Amino acid sequence: MYHKEKSIQIKNSASALYNNLSVLRIAPRRLTYFTVVHANVVNMVSASWDGLNYSHRQLQSKEPNVATSTSLIMQAAFCVLPSRELLVITSQKGIQMYESDGSIMVYWHALDTPETPSEVNYVPAQAVFARGISAVWENYICVGVSSGSILVFDVPSKGSNITLSEVLEEHKESITDIASECSGSQQCIADLVSADDGGNLCVWKSGEEFQLLNKIPGFDMSCSSVKLWKGTVVAGYGTGQIRLYEAVTGILHAEVNAHARWIYSLDIAPFSGLLLSAAEDSLVRVWHLTVSQETNSVEVAHLHNECVTDTQICGARFCDGDGYAFAVTGYDLSEIIRYTQT
Amino acid sequence: MSARTLPLVFVNLGGEMLYILDQRLRAPIASEDTSDKGVWSERDRRRVLNDVTATLFGPSFVDELLKPQQLYSHRTLKTVLTRLAHASIMRLNPASMDRLYELTTMAVKHQVLLCPRPKDLLLVSYNHIDAVRDFVRDSPAVLNQVDQAHRRIIEVPAGSGIYSRADFRSAPSWSLLPQVYSSMSEGELQLLRQTLLVFFQDMHVRVSLFLKSKIQNPGNGRFALPTSGPVPHGTEVPGLIRTFDRRGREVRRSEFPPGGSYSRPAGGGSFGLHGARGTLLGTNTYAANRPEETLASRASAQTGDAPNPLAKEELNLLARLMGSMGAQDGAGAEGAFRISMFSPDDEEQEAGTSKEAEAFEVISIQATQVGCRWSSHLLSITRTKQNALMLKAAFVPQPVPSLFCILHRQRDMLVFCSAQDEHVASELAQIAGQFSGAEEQAENPCGNKGDDLLAMMDDL
Repeated sequence: MYHKEKSIQIKNSASALYNNLSVLRIAPRRLTYFTVVHANVVNMVSASWDGLNYSHRQLQSKEPNVATSTSLIMQAAFCVLPSRELLVITSQKGIQMYESDGSIMVYWHALDTPETPSEVNYVPAQAVFARGISAVWENYICVGVSSGSILVFDVPSKGSNITLSEVLEEHKESITDIASECSGSQQCIADLVSADDGGNLCVWKSGEEFQLLNKIPGFDMSCSSVKLWKGTVVAGYGTGQIRLYEAVTGILHAEVNAHARWIYSLDIAPFSGLLLSAAEDSLVRVWHLTVSQETNSVEVAHLHNECVTDTQICGARFCDGDGYAFAVTGYDLSEIIRYTQT
Repeated sequence: MSARTLPLVFVNLGGEMLYILDQRLRAPIASEDTSDKGVWSERDRRRVLNDVTATLFGPSFVDELLKPQQLYSHRTLKTVLTRLAHASIMRLNPASMDRLYELTTMAVKHQVLLCPRPKDLLLVSYNHIDAVRDFVRDSPAVLNQVDQAHRRIIEVPAGSGIYSRADFRSAPSWSLLPQVYSSMSEGELQLLRQTLLVFFQDMHVRVSLFLKSKIQNPGNGRFALPTSGPVPHGTEVPGLIRTFDRRGREVRRSEFPPGGSYSRPAGGGSFGLHGARGTLLGTNTYAANRPEETLASRASAQTGDAPNPLAKEELNLLARLMGSMGAQDGAGAEGAFRISMFSPDDEEQEAGTSKEAEAFEVISIQATQVGCRWSSHLLSITRTKQNALMLKAAFVPQPVPSLFCILHRQRDMLVFCSAQDEHVASELAQIAGQFSGAEEQAENPCGNKGDDLLAMMDDL
């Protein structure tokens, strides 16, 4: 069904982080951008569709105008809004937003660190970081924090006047991933889902004030990757299971014993309903989802396996909305492996 | 990322180091000290293992490890491990120490990578502790220290309760948090594991023992990850899709090819003080092998140790850790056996010692007049833009008879070490020099700074 293409070499290897690959397809310029996180650096590759031109860029996590203090990056993701596209990078120190080509930083938000007591070299026992990035509806970008909060940023169609619009406090454990559907034109009942380290899922409706529609309890196992499609939450867990829930009601549609190790990445190709799952067990699997909103039924069919030998996979994404091609990254691997449908 | 990595890092790296020392000291070794050539006696070998174990599991060292902190560079870790290795009558030359570090880090990288679930990282650590217990079983005092440290690391809950997130936030210091790992969720342990994996990233040193047992691929140095075998606890064997109706009843089952041959999980391991751990990761794989098997070859570039902006915090951590390991055997140089642990090869032409940190001087200040509150503090003094001296103090629970002041010109920083011997102080000064970036102009003669400091001390 898929065959391997020529890999893209990147400057550094990928770190073992959830959802460690982001892809942005720029049709007018016949380019695709890829980002992969390595410790405190984001490697960006711009690949032309004819496979002839590759250009690289590296972005570091740091406060603007401060020479020192880089910190470890947790995630880098492209956020596509109707008016613009941004690259969001989250780290231990804060959140950076760049123009999608990584050329200019347009916004920096520092994370609140707990009050430091008098003791010098105080480090909070609980890790502090931001993780979980998603664009929502027309003008919001949501970012999760280790405390369980979700920061909602209001993004104007141009310029750097980005503001923190709301802080959603519902999760009690560190956010792992956030996903949305229906950005822009379409209207959905629920357009945002957030997941945390306890496997709890929150379903939201975006707006000037975000509304919590549903909470789906976890079972003490981290949900490392989550997707929302046609009103269905698709969640991947540390146990290697994938579960499909009806977002608004929390009804469990299907349960897949998908992987033998911790799942690190899920992706959905919205036009075809293809689902991609990748885990530490070296396997990437392609599934087909059929969601019938009239009969409220969901079907999952397995289509394809790819094994990346001796590699714990940390990122997997479709390169286009139909799922014609997908890309994969793995821990300690300095390349982006690509597969295309035969 | 995770601020709880140090205890596990040292237990595992220290454990691997002890395995290797144990194996190597059984083999006939050519000693540079020709007065006592040939084989190490059983007594001497046990002494080395006891001394290193006692230092690694010493209460003040464990205290320092249990404080929440970031995992710093390989350079810092190697320095501390070198000090650990030299806690006894044995001295390793720099090339041997490099090899030892490579072997131990590759072994631990393998264990961390192959852990079926993040929680198994604890089982791996306990395997190390169990084996170390066996090494020192004839020394009740050291054995007791290991047990104490083990207890503090596991902290099987005994009515002390689980701390809530609010407690963590309000706790003024680490001392209120005896429970470290037993209360961590799988997600938090995975974050810890991911932090360790970042630390071990890009290390592909070939180890002949691993190559022989097919654990490591000779071609690319990557560890072999099997797609078969038992799944971890809590995971189901892949291959099943279940669909439910709106009432939660299962309406369909279908299977898919898993692409590997998996089986149900094996029996679980014990997370208590004793018991079978249920995994071979972290056990002593060197015991059955001949020493020649443990050669490491430099097939890849070392991880870059570019001067990093965290150097000041690193330096403080290093000073605290070194200080907490206690004074080295004063007769160190005399009674010590200098050995080359691994057979030399071409790469030993490297400059073993770093460039002398020409920008430092050591001033010895006798601080006998000051009160005990002062003498147990580690100070850092930085020169601000206005040339004022700013004093910051950090608490280190270690009374000391005298203080050594290290003037680090290039970082414009003075560090008082509560170190009990000059040897450590000069080691630290050297490291401070290593952390420096671009060279700067030589400053005023250090006498001025020394006078300023003495004046400040009088004011306290």
